[in-house]
Amino acid sequence: MQIEPSSHVPQAVPSDPSVDLNQVRIIIEEFKTLPGAMLPVLHAIQDALGYVPPSVVPLIADELNLSRAEVHGVISFYHHFRQQPAGRHIVQICRAEACQAVGADALAAHAKAALGCDFHGTSSDGQFTLEPVYCLGQCACGPNMQIDDDLHARVSNDKFNRVVRAKRGVQ
Amino acid sequence: MSALNPVVTVYVPRDSTALALGADQVAADITEQARQRGVNIKLIRNGSRGMFWLEPLVEVATAEGRIAYGPVETEDVAGLFDADFLNGGQHRLALGLVEEIPYLKKQERLTFARVGITDPLSLEDYLAHEGYAGLRRALDMSSEAVVQEVLDSGLRGRGGAAFPTGIKWKTVAATQAAQKYIVCNADEGDSGTFSDRMVMEDDPFMLIEGMTIAALAVGASHGYIYVRSEYPHAIAALNHAIVSASNANYLGENILGSHSSFHLEVRKGAGAYICGEETALLESLEGKRGVVRAKPPLPAIEGLFGKPTVINNVISLASVPVILARGAAFYKNYGMGRSLGTLPMQLAGNIRHGGLVEKAFGVTLRELLIDFGGGTASGKPIRAVQVGGPLGPYLPPSLFDTKLDYEAMAAVGGMLGHGGIVVFDDSVDMAKQARYAMEFCASESCGKCTPCRIGSTRGVEVIDKIVAGEPRQAVVQIKLLRDLCDTMVNGSLCAMGSMTPLPVLSALDHFPEDFGDGALNQAA
Ligand SMILES: Cc1cc2nc3c(=O)[nH]c(=O)nc-3n(C[C@H](O)[C@H](O)[C@H](O)COP(=O)(O)O)c2cc1C
Ligand code: SF4
Ligand code: FES
Repeated sequence: MQIEPSSHVPQAVPSDPSVDLNQVRIIIEEFKTLPGAMLPVLHAIQDALGYVPPSVVPLIADELNLSRAEVHGVISFYHHFRQQPAGRHIVQICRAEACQAVGADALAAHAKAALGCDFHGTSSDGQFTLEPVYCLGQCACGPNMQIDDDLHARVSNDKFNRVVRAKRGVQ
Repeated sequence: MSALNPVVTVYVPRDSTALALGADQVAADITEQARQRGVNIKLIRNGSRGMFWLEPLVEVATAEGRIAYGPVETEDVAGLFDADFLNGGQHRLALGLVEEIPYLKKQERLTFARVGITDPLSLEDYLAHEGYAGLRRALDMSSEAVVQEVLDSGLRGRGGAAFPTGIKWKTVAATQAAQKYIVCNADEGDSGTFSDRMVMEDDPFMLIEGMTIAALAVGASHGYIYVRSEYPHAIAALNHAIVSASNANYLGENILGSHSSFHLEVRKGAGAYICGEETALLESLEGKRGVVRAKPPLPAIEGLFGKPTVINNVISLASVPVILARGAAFYKNYGMGRSLGTLPMQLAGNIRHGGLVEKAFGVTLRELLIDFGGGTASGKPIRAVQVGGPLGPYLPPSLFDTKLDYEAMAAVGGMLGHGGIVVFDDSVDMAKQARYAMEFCASESCGKCTPCRIGSTRGVEVIDKIVAGEPRQAVVQIKLLRDLCDTMVNGSLCAMGSMTPLPVLSALDHFPEDFGDGALNQAA
């Protein structure tokens, strides 16, 4: 396999000392032989680091024998992958129709005010990143939210505050 | 001692909606109370019966049958013990025999027959409840006969397009290739739908069995279940069940001593609605952006990695075991017209008794909304329902006597889609819903077609102008919106762009008063 020397050198992208590229190499090594390895690789990286840092793109491109543009194109296509670090907890508020029918918009407004950030933003203490989600499959009992892997149904403003407070307490 | 004090079996669901309503804590409390009181219980984490307003629904096995209590909250648990619920004692939350609750009793559960009854992760439980009877029969048949059985059952794809499943399988079976695939579309992106999720969480072996039968039928040796990332509990349950099935040789090499082998893997999506479209899903599985492919070639001929591929929805595949176990004639005995068998319908949104209702095709919307659903949760009148997901139109009460059947729905401009029914009361602003439909399309478009990619953004702007504008301007803008919808319908490659106009135009047609001056609207 012929690879341009330049694409061999991850340092060509501004390197980010906070990212452990060795860990990323191990992840890629583990999944790269799967057919259609890209999504499993990206999921594993995001699960490990909390996001997919730009500095890993050349590594993935090299190992999966793709161009950097292709790798970047995939990462940016999917809502799930984020390119910046997030807060400690991810708060997802469902904004789809069934939840809209029972007050999802009001819950979203409350969440923004309570966390002091907009969707895709992070609270100033770095604890919570607020994300919209389009259906969590709990549509009979909305409005719904998920914090990390914990689901909450019929979320009132009070319930939202309680759940967020509990997460803060668990640090 | 055990003769005097037999172990009582208690069920607390593990379905994620039950979890979202506190089922884990209730299960822990019940275990703790039993320990403190020195009573022996066996706690089983079953699936959900799908009566979500009663979750967490706790059941106790008694001599008469399973007695239900719900919705049980942490603070109710001690009282339940005090009331001797382990022997079916009376309590404020007592609901009697679970099977006699009208919501459940009136259903026709073929696909969901086991759901809520068994422990979803127990292969023994699955086998004890007719599990793998379909695969065993299929292993004794020729692959042609298996395909024929599915054809004869009349099963049509439950993912939305309603294409006959048997014909799809027949095409793949007839295509020569060294490698073929079975792909399960578990992207379930439609708002208001959760039946796929319930199958995966609450009876995962049924889906695995259905995919294995599909593999035998078409000669595939490898399968993928593409599950949306929003469903972590479903992914965990499937992975667990795949390991159990493999260990017992229901998956893997030479299944149950036969010559057939089938390997199955779960792949996680990444939050893109369009990846529910079958060709976009295949692109995503291949590691690319989820951009829709032009057809032909059909996936049945050139699908995953260019190989012949069966791609079916979760419910389509999960319907196969019962068809094989009981026979095509049994299954097609349910339903009406060309819509045969049963459809698990999902009541969601502003509804008092939200949940899963599996009925033969032909039930009316009104029966579902009122008899099962009990009207809105808010107690206000129902103003609109959206059937069939975000691409489905909004229907007014005047259409509630429509029968749920693919053709009957189409005849009133509706669609059945994946059977999701989202209810809105009279506080809904239909212009806002129309705007949301356009916004959703703009955000989820794969970007391949201009009318879908750009048109939807323009659509949002035009609706904003209609809502904000002078009446005279509204007439012009509404005409513009209709033109735009026309372009999207005619110029889009897939249903994302060509069907987003359905919710938009239905809002405009059925609820013109929400778009400024009603009279002017109708004139436009
Ligand atoms: C925009 C769009 C989204 C779709 N989303 C889903 C989905 O989430 N799940 C699904 O099974 N089918 C979905 N479909 C339908 C699939 O393209 C396809 O018809 C289906 O997977 C075929 O399986 P079936 O024949 O068993 O229904 C979608 C189609 C479109 C156009
Ligand atoms: S209609 Fe929209 S989603 Fe469908 S192929 Fe075209 S751009 Fe992609
Ligand atoms: S619409 Fe919110 S969970 Fe489905």
